[in-house]
Order: sequence, then C-alpha cells, then structure tokens
Amino acid sequence: MTKQQANWSPYDNNGGSCVAIAGADYCVIAADTRMSSGYNILTREYSKICKLADKAVMASSGFQADVNALQKHLAARHLTYQHQHNKQMSCPAMAQLLSNTLYYKRFFPYYAFNVLGGLDSEGKGCVFTYDAVGSYERVGYSSQGSGSTLIMPFLDNQLKSPSPLLLPAQDAVTPLSESEAVDLVKTVFASATERDIYTGDKLEIVVLNAGGIHREYMELRKD
Amino acid sequence: MKLDTSGLESTAPLFGSLSSGIHDEISAAPSFALPNTINFDGFQKEAIQMVKPAKGTTTLAFIFKEGVMVAADSRASMGGYISSQSVKKIIEINPYMLGTMAGGAADCQFWHRNLGIKCRLHELANKRRISVTGASKLLANILYSYRGMGLSVGTMIAGWDETGPGLYYVDSEGGRLKGTRFSVGSGSPYAYGVLDNGYRYDMSIEEAAELARRSIYHATFRDGASGGVASVYYVGPDGWKKLSGDDVGELHYHYYPVMPSTVEQEMVEVTGQ
Repeated sequence: MTKQQANWSPYDNNGGSCVAIAGADYCVIAADTRMSSGYNILTREYSKICKLADKAVMASSGFQADVNALQKHLAARHLTYQHQHNKQMSCPAMAQLLSNTLYYKRFFPYYAFNVLGGLDSEGKGCVFTYDAVGSYERVGYSSQGSGSTLIMPFLDNQLKSPSPLLLPAQDAVTPLSESEAVDLVKTVFASATERDIYTGDKLEIVVLNAGGIHREYMELRKD
Repeated sequence: MKLDTSGLESTAPLFGSLSSGIHDEISAAPSFALPNTINFDGFQKEAIQMVKPAKGTTTLAFIFKEGVMVAADSRASMGGYISSQSVKKIIEINPYMLGTMAGGAADCQFWHRNLGIKCRLHELANKRRISVTGASKLLANILYSYRGMGLSVGTMIAGWDETGPGLYYVDSEGGRLKGTRFSVGSGSPYAYGVLDNGYRYDMSIEEAAELARRSIYHATFRDGASGGVASVYYVGPDGWKKLSGDDVGELHYHYYPVMPSTVEQEMVEVTGQ
C-alpha cells in the first residue's frame, strides 16, 4: 500500500463555547455563533444550537462536520422514534441516546463536545454534559468547548450547589430566576469573548420553559 | 478488520430486521464505526489525545463479616483540568450488585450499562438473579474481546448472591480476579496503605464504613487526580445501601481538627536603625 494514509488526519477544531443552565422550571442553553479554523474566522453566524425534540436542545462545539453528522443522525433517530411511539422523546431519553450514539463511534470519535438541555417529565430543567466518547452526567449547569475552562470556574463561583452525592442529601437547585440566568449567560460569554479567540461575534440563547421555546440574540465583540 | 459486536446483541433495536435499504444506517444493529486507516493504533493514540476522555480515580471494595463495602471518590479530570467533581463512580447494576468505575469514564459507563441489561435479561430468562461470578465473567469476556483496541476499564463487581458476598476485579487487559480486598485507580496505592493497615475480617458495618471512608479520604489527600465526595456503599443479604457521602474537603477538618494553639513566640517587625 501507499504511505499516504500515514498522515491521515480527519479532524479540525472549529472552536466555540456552549453553556447550559437548569432551573426549577426552565432551562437556558446558549452558544456563540463564531466558527473558526486556526486563526481564520470562517463565519460569524453559524448556529451551534440544535433542537432535537420539543423538550431537548443540544449545543455542540468541536469539529463542525462531525457536529453536523451527529445532529443529522439524532434527527433521524428521533423521527423513527416518533413513528414508533407516536410521541416526542423526553430529554433524559435523548440524553442516553446521545451517549450511546457517541460511544458507538468510540474507535473513530465524533470530535464534538456537547451539552444537552431541556425539561424532564416533571417539567424541571435538566442539563446533561458529555465528553467526546459518550460519558455523561446530569448536572445543574455546564459549559463545553474552547471557552469552557474560562467559563466553568465562573459558573462554579456563582451557582455551585451541594453535590448530589452527599448523604444526607442537600437541596441542590440553581438559585436563579429565568431572567437572572439569561443575564448570567450574557455576562459569562462577554467575559469569555475577552480572552478566548474562538469565542465571539454573536451569542444565541435558547430558553425552554412551560410556555415552550424562546430564542434571543446578543452581539459580542467581533475582533 | 472485522469486529466482534456480539457484546451488543441485547441492545439491538426491535426494528433491526427490517432491511428496506433506506434506513440502513440507523436501523441496523448497533456496531462500532472504525476509521478507514491502516495505522489503527496511531490513529487511536492521536484521537485519544484530542478528545482527552475523563479519567483519574480512587475506588475500593472489600469483603468482611457482614458483607461487602464499596467506596469511591467523585472526581473526573481531563489532563490537568477537573471536568467534574460529582461523578457517580459506583454504578448500581441491580439492587444486589454494584460496579465501580476507574479508567475511561465513557468505557466504564457504557459497558456497565450493557452489563446491567445482560443481568436483567439473565434474570428474566432464568427466573433468578445472576451470580456475581457470572456477571463479572460476562463483563470480562466482553472486555477481552476488545483487547488491544484501547479500552480503559478497571472495575470491581461487588454483590450478594446465593453463595453470599462476592467480589471480583475485572480490567480491560482481560484480567479477572476473585478476592476479598481491592483498590483500583491512580489513588489506589494510598488507599491500599490505609485499607491494609486497618482491615480485619470481623469488623462491624460501622467500622468497615469508617475504614472505607478514611481510605478514600487519604487517597484524595495525596492523589491530585482524586477528590470531590467520598461515597460509601454497603452490600448485605438485603441488597445494597448507600451509607454515606461526604465532601472530602470537610472530612479533612473532621479527621484533623484545627487546634487553637498558644502563641509561644510572636514575630515582630524590625524597625529601622
């Protein structure tokens, strides 16, 4: 055989940051809309947020081609689920489907870092956070992507609640109202944009609550 | 390369048999996608470096007079970055069996979920619960079939079956050991130190829980990749029960209370001249 495959590298990193925060009866999912490759900005308005079901929204950063393939696969799986069960998939079910989907590419991973936000069967906000090969965990808030190392300590500082593993269990609800959570997301992205070259341009915020889905945008620095 | 996917059989979707051709990719029985490269090992090495899966752990389990005690920390790190302080490393396979998680978080989570399915199917087929020996062997056989492909799993299967308490160590290199005392993960040398020093077969449940908790605490104190919450589970004749979950930051002041000491000599700033 030829040697050309020795340098085969199928991945690129297109950057971007994602944040999700769960509240008592809402969930906020946000991501910037910049897509880069190295020092080049490829586009300033690429949405990283994908609605997978009525009550499940995924934000993904990493390699755009893999993210796109993953979103299409999940959309197809959700369509067959609807035909078979005549209902929308719940957020915790979608969470496990995403975990399995990522793990089936264990030996050729999707280069995608995801957070899944939504509402569970009781209408409570839920956030699931993943690594690239499918390990996942339900949390109160999470951040993924190029700015996650800047954003996560800030969210810990503002929102950290007692660990769910503690016994006797302690109350662990994000102590914010919906509008406070949206404001917090805006500030963390404004801050991350100052120090992460892969984050910027525009912030897309999706809010899920009993009233349905609602989307808003905020401009970020474009340099 | 042909990959043995028989380990996944039980998770095959019901609609797998319909081969209309249109939905082939999504309706086929799940199998692992492989990269189209000659240099599989090199690719794996590079891919692992890029995605940096979560790892770093201290887990332990031991058999004593009353049953099995299982304990673990809760930290997951990706390189130097702590990706989570609240990982559930003790996985509840069924009400009588626990698995512990060390190594790749995704590998452990996925294969324990897979084992849980297989154990339930065994229960439905045979009208009795699977033995710890059997469950650990199911897992060991699957992991052995993937040997050399880069899985990273170090687990203990602990439970109570018809023969009493059972404890096995299973890893992704194909090892499966029966034993009464194990610790797995980057913090295991520290945990073993405390555990071996304090272990007696005829401990009470309270003593055993305290030994397990203290072993995890000392491991989190000396191992940077371990930390968070020390969870302790007990498996007895009536199944498992979570006994405690303590933040190790607070355990430190429990084990080493801050003593108000008398000042013997006070430092005074030397002024001029």
